[in-house]
Amino acid sequence: METAMTASSITTRTDMPASRVLGAYLAEIRSECLRYLRNPGFMLPMTLFSTVFYLMFGVVMSPPGGEASRYLLASYSAFGIMGPGLFGFGVSLAIERDGGLLTLKRALPMPPGAYLLGKMVMAMAAAGVVVTLLLLIGVLVAHVPLSAGQVAAMLAMGVFGVLPFCALGMFIGTLIKGQGAPGLLNLVYLPMAFLSGLWIPLRMMPSILGRIAPVWPSYHLNQIGQRIMGLSHAPILGHVLILLVVAAVLFGLAARRLRRHG
Amino acid sequence: MNARQSNVAELHGVSKRYGRIQALSGLDLEVRSGELLAMLGPNGAGKSTGIALMLGLIRPDQGRVTLFGMDPQSVVARRRIGVMLQSAQLPLTLRVSELLRVTASYYPAPRSRDESAKLAGVEDLLKRPYGKLSGGQQRQVQFALSLCGRPQLLFLDEPSVGMDIEARQKLWQAIRALVDEGCSVVLTTHYLEEAEALADRVSVMSHGREIHAGTVDAIRARVALKRILCTSALDSALVASWPYVAEAVSVEGRLQVSTAEAERVVRDLLARDPGLRDLEVRRAGLAEAFTELTRDADAAEADANREVA
Repeated sequence: METAMTASSITTRTDMPASRVLGAYLAEIRSECLRYLRNPGFMLPMTLFSTVFYLMFGVVMSPPGGEASRYLLASYSAFGIMGPGLFGFGVSLAIERDGGLLTLKRALPMPPGAYLLGKMVMAMAAAGVVVTLLLLIGVLVAHVPLSAGQVAAMLAMGVFGVLPFCALGMFIGTLIKGQGAPGLLNLVYLPMAFLSGLWIPLRMMPSILGRIAPVWPSYHLNQIGQRIMGLSHAPILGHVLILLVVAAVLFGLAARRLRRHG
Repeated sequence: MNARQSNVAELHGVSKRYGRIQALSGLDLEVRSGELLAMLGPNGAGKSTGIALMLGLIRPDQGRVTLFGMDPQSVVARRRIGVMLQSAQLPLTLRVSELLRVTASYYPAPRSRDESAKLAGVEDLLKRPYGKLSGGQQRQVQFALSLCGRPQLLFLDEPSVGMDIEARQKLWQAIRALVDEGCSVVLTTHYLEEAEALADRVSVMSHGREIHAGTVDAIRARVALKRILCTSALDSALVASWPYVAEAVSVEGRLQVSTAEAERVVRDLLARDPGLRDLEVRRAGLAEAFTELTRDADAAEADANREVA
């Protein structure tokens, strides 16, 4: 009798209504977004890299409204989308694994997955911001004609296209700890962007690079962007599926490493 | 049955190995409801591993760990604990109030922001970004985060490191207030006076085992011996053979005698060696008791190794 009473009083005290659990997820997302929005060391490179490149190559060095401005609007969007995924996820995970924050969060009763969900939403928001800035430059400065549907499609590509790069960043973040992560991620980020034709179209590069390009997830993201821009008419379902598989596989591998090694 | 109900965390015969290092070997440890248990021991004794097991951060190779009778990895068990780790780099750009808000959101019935801040003495830091605080202030904030969920069991790993004297006094006061509310606390510390001031019970660890557990007074009493130090021509082996002398050794030219009957032995020493100088008699504090206990354990370990070799 006494045991039963103790057990029931324990459950009432530790029972957490669904609304409070949901609140915990939201609070985690909110604090993750806030901390990065306030961190210029993260936000400035994230937004400036792609926008400055686009201003230089897509606006200053290309005729207004021409094919180059359109191609580069899509390709620099892809480039800008990769950043928050790789860095927001990869670098922060590597540093938090090193600095003990991840350990603390694992010890606290944070609801399962809230830590990763918070980072994911933060990366999606940051990617949305980058694409918005690029679209503004594209429409207002480079005079790229865009329909409302195209704008919406580009934003959707930004928000969801960041996910495979979150998974890649997360996987790399489980391989390396601490301050070495930014260097390693740049070694992945920049060559991958170049080899996927995000800076210079693949047809202007040696054909071997064009043939191996489908290996890189960023190649597929760029193909989707080119279709939205109306510069390609190839079906995009294959590219979407490949990105989904990449995201699922890398996320699975990373989650397994994280559970095993912390 | 009763014993189980009154323990909030238990380790039974727990072993844990990291590569070639045996961090814990057959550790039994219990944290009783409402007590403040101080875990003491030299670096590498296994305190942090013990805490990591109770927090569910790692799994034991052997043995069983329970937290409120549950698996420590279950979120339901962890909703009843608060944690202050030895080192945790919190997000530097978040304000103290925001850190409190997100941490409190994990718990079913947390304290209000102001109550947590007041208890930990960080009311005037609420609007400051965490990264702009001094090391000691950051520790105070981490303490506030550990208690904000109204935990029934609080883990404090070296809480006062980096705090100034005033902050440490406030911390001790707050810990006492929490214990008065019925909160159990597991404390590890390097400051023996901290354990002496706060602990109901002390667990002394060495080489991955608990070598002694008891109240601070019991541990002191266990080493009820007093220590006599002097510079003397007398041979330590001879002195060791005297009645009432527990131990006599020569350390760096000084004779060091442990005894429960200091007055009697001092009288004998003075009678036999008129040239005796630099006489000192010391009562064993927790520090001495602790050194004595861990030294015995070290010696036992060395003996065991010799036998194996």
